[in-house]
Amino acid sequence: MTLLQTQNLSAFYGDFQALFDVNVSVEQGETVAIIGANGAGKTTFLRAVAGALQTAPQMVLFDGQPVGDKTAHDIVRLGIAMAPEGRRLFPSLSVEENLLLGGHSKRPGPWNLQRVYDLFPRLRELRHLPATDLSGGQQQMTTVGRALMSNPRLLLCDELSLGLAPVIIRDIYDCLGKITAEGTTVVLVEQDVNRALDASVRFYCFQEGRLALTAPTKGFDRAAISAAYFGM
Amino acid sequence: MEWLNTFIQGSLLGGIYALFAIGLSLSFGIMRLVNIAHGDLIVLSAYVAMVIGQGTGLDPISCLVIVVPLMFALGYALQRGLLNQTLSGGLLPPLLVTFGISIIIQNGLLQVFGAYTHRLQEGAIETASLQFPGGILIGVYPLVVFGVALLALGSLQLLFYRTGLGRAFRAVSDDADTAELMGVDNRKLYAVALGIAMIFTAIAGVLFAIRTNFDPAAGPIRLILAFEAVIIGGLGSMWGTLIGGMVLGIAQAVGAAVSPTWQILAGHIAFLIILIVRPSGLFPRTRD
Amino acid sequence: METVRVERGTRASRIFALVAVIALAALVALPWWGDAGDMRLIAEMAYYLALAQLWNLLAGYAGLVSVGQQAYVGLGGYVLFYLTGALSVNVYVALLLAAPFAGLLSIPVSIAVFRLRGAYFAVGTWVVSEVFALAASLIPVLGGGSGLSLTPDIMREIAPDRADRDMILYLMSLATAVVVFAIAYLLLRSRHGLALTAIRDSEPASASLGVNTFRTKFIIYIVTAMCTALVGGLIFLQKLRISPEAGFSINDWTVVVIFMVVIGGIGTIEGPFIGMLVFIVLRELLADYGSYYLILMGAIAIVVMLRAPSGIWGWVSNRFNIQLFPVGRRLALVDWLR
Repeated sequence: MTLLQTQNLSAFYGDFQALFDVNVSVEQGETVAIIGANGAGKTTFLRAVAGALQTAPQMVLFDGQPVGDKTAHDIVRLGIAMAPEGRRLFPSLSVEENLLLGGHSKRPGPWNLQRVYDLFPRLRELRHLPATDLSGGQQQMTTVGRALMSNPRLLLCDELSLGLAPVIIRDIYDCLGKITAEGTTVVLVEQDVNRALDASVRFYCFQEGRLALTAPTKGFDRAAISAAYFGM
Repeated sequence: MEWLNTFIQGSLLGGIYALFAIGLSLSFGIMRLVNIAHGDLIVLSAYVAMVIGQGTGLDPISCLVIVVPLMFALGYALQRGLLNQTLSGGLLPPLLVTFGISIIIQNGLLQVFGAYTHRLQEGAIETASLQFPGGILIGVYPLVVFGVALLALGSLQLLFYRTGLGRAFRAVSDDADTAELMGVDNRKLYAVALGIAMIFTAIAGVLFAIRTNFDPAAGPIRLILAFEAVIIGGLGSMWGTLIGGMVLGIAQAVGAAVSPTWQILAGHIAFLIILIVRPSGLFPRTRD
Repeated sequence: METVRVERGTRASRIFALVAVIALAALVALPWWGDAGDMRLIAEMAYYLALAQLWNLLAGYAGLVSVGQQAYVGLGGYVLFYLTGALSVNVYVALLLAAPFAGLLSIPVSIAVFRLRGAYFAVGTWVVSEVFALAASLIPVLGGGSGLSLTPDIMREIAPDRADRDMILYLMSLATAVVVFAIAYLLLRSRHGLALTAIRDSEPASASLGVNTFRTKFIIYIVTAMCTALVGGLIFLQKLRISPEAGFSINDWTVVVIFMVVIGGIGTIEGPFIGMLVFIVLRELLADYGSYYLILMGAIAIVVMLRAPSGIWGWVSNRFNIQLFPVGRRLALVDWLR
């Protein structure tokens, strides 16, 4: 069934239009990738879905319900969580407190502190440290763990690989595999196109706020993706 | 020995100044809101206690049982109904709206109660004192107030570092947008924050009104004293505010020892000196 | 062939300029067709307008929201009273000396308060004015808690005759309001005004473009301090008495001024004028109800801040696209269609 659907989603920052009539659809259990150059509107799209940006109600449907105008905290309660771009951990909170904050909405589900530590064992050792003392990769794991603590049906991951070494990125994407194995639906935004396509079943390519290309990832011609990516 | 007495009196004065400052600190720390009406809310609490005391015959400190929940509700409603709307407009709206509230409270109290001064009567404890060797005399009441300040700061410490609510406060103070993305209802949290600030404001109001005459215009100087304690101690540090209050109190006590009319001025001068020499205060902590 | 031209005036402003000149002429002639009470009221409106323009310059344009300008109002008054009383300085000279005196004092003040930003800056300026008030009450030569009075022979320096004195003081008030208005207008039309508007709109952006934000704000603070002290001197010249409480009263000199500017339209030149009219009307209407008019003004200011932050004039100006005192520059398309 279709878990997330956007209908002619347009979004504005004041007078500036960042998204133009974007139609995206994500089935339950799928992992879908969103790719595109800087400024293409990928993060804006995620923020619109997550409620950080308000749109017309019908523009975003979650489980069939119009949620475009809902606030971010209401949307967390409905079952959408975000691991934001740049991690955005709380500097005044320890690793464990950051994770617990993720569970603020107290949504029932399989994820709790123990299970997050099982997924990211390194975090268990570091849990009382200030979150910003951790390495980039560990912070990224904390960000994902924090999002999981709200037991989301849909997990939005914005630039998981940003600023990380390849071996760390591989570890994180392995964990992502374990998360999706639980049935969580994932939408990931990625600069690293190959990584994004390897992890997803379908992809959407954005270009200057518009959808330029969408297709199943399996067997798709990478050259055609370059063309769409750069708008040629 | 006279100087030791002065030092001790001044330090204990820090207790009431710290209590004044808590509400101001909380709303700035969590909402980045400087509440210009803060001093007037302290005075309003004193008037509310006075009315309840007259109505029920209770002594002021017992009246706190009613005053505190009332002021919590007022703070919650004020933030939720009015102040939340000012948070996204930049510098001017919160400042001018709280300024407007301050003027309304002052003139409202003036219309209802007139310009007369009042004091709350708590009884013998106001004048009792403890004798210590060496001619040291310490008032019981200032000691009690200082103790209340310690309790207040201690309980806030517990709230912030050991509860889910406190965790949410710290997260919102760090990054309100991301906190909202994690499921925190910011608007409701701010309302609770002002409500909690008002709990301490109410306590401060009643305690100060037992020792000091108050009238409708007594608000602004309380705001200034709270503000000076916060700046001297350093923005963002709760315990720093206590130290700031004590420094302020000691400066005032020294000024008063020179001449009683110099008390408040001595405090202002100490504040301005620290502002020029060490602008971030004695124990600064805030990241802005 | 030039296709665009930079214009300063608008049709509305040219019509308004004509109307203003006529009204001003009528006011100047007031001593001949009005009575002492009228002159007192207009004089009061004039100096409130001057104070409001100055506060607007500071807060609406430089972004420095001061809740302590009453420090300079009282300072101007005390300088006047002390120089004329203790040092027998000529009353006009004493009045003018208030400006450099305030200017000098405002320098160390600004060093202290510029350490603070935003609302903390506001409370800091308030502390400074409290210090001024306390100092005035503790310095014996300034009359201590009861203050100073102007003796009759000082007043006779202005004019021996009471009616002439009233007229001179009235015309001085009018002149002050016009001069302050003109200073504000010319300042904002100039390069400095452009800098100020840029700072107000975005300090980091203007700083990155080379606008020296600190120096600009510093200069504005000093200049408004000096002008405020001059107005203060004039106010107390007419009141004949000054005390720490009256001279440095936040209620008299700052609260109403802030309300005027906010309700009229902060950050516009026309706003303070509208706000001043609203204040006077409300005060006269509610004269019998104690301080209710202050409560009402407070409530109106809150509503304005929340619903129409650019005030009455801001709303009118945006809605009908009018500017009576053009400080901006417009591009006019010339010969485009020919």
